[in-house]
Amino acid sequence: MILNVITYIFIGIGCFFNLMAAIGLHRFPDPYTRLHAGTKCTTFGSILLIGALVIQSISTWVAEGISSPQSILTLHALIALVAILLTNPTSAHAIGRAAHRSGVKPARAVVDDLETENQKSKVKSQ
Amino acid sequence: MWLPVAVFLAVCILIILIRLFLGPTQPDRLVGLDTLNTVVVVAMVILGAAFKEVIYVDVAIVYALLSFVTTLFIAKYIEKGKF
Repeated sequence: MILNVITYIFIGIGCFFNLMAAIGLHRFPDPYTRLHAGTKCTTFGSILLIGALVIQSISTWVAEGISSPQSILTLHALIALVAILLTNPTSAHAIGRAAHRSGVKPARAVVDDLETENQKSKVKSQ
Repeated sequence: MWLPVAVFLAVCILIILIRLFLGPTQPDRLVGLDTLNTVVVVAMVILGAAFKEVIYVDVAIVYALLSFVTTLFIAKYIEKGKF
């Protein structure tokens, strides 16, 4: 009973954060702030949604043991969550670096601290 | 219990696809693609829980790792202008 309530709360928060990621991609002005919305919110939302799956299957673990089909599905879902947690920040970092080096300026930015660094790396690559 | 969540995630995927098509610059489209990949992985896991099929979750793991490699290569292409 309590596990069901916790599962529904986790599903609600996870769906809310995924929707916020989708809306934030349209509301923010430039690629850097869109990265902020699209990467962090989906990571947190996927943690909560897969966590809801794990919490729901705790009762089947107790009843049927670790080798039931539901438990195997939950373990594989945890592996998928680990893959998301490892790859999502790394690809976000790569996208941000690529956007800055390809010359996209942040919207309404006054000072760009990495301007000289960018020119230095260009000279070095030539 | 899980099928409405999958439908909701499909709606999120459609909203993200609009950004993927509209995006004025190349990094905008790449951000849209990265977000899309994460939501698709979660939707696959939820569909696996809805239909009680373990193979969907295995496909989601492979999709997550392959989409990571794809994103890194496209980022390198945008950065240098060539592979």
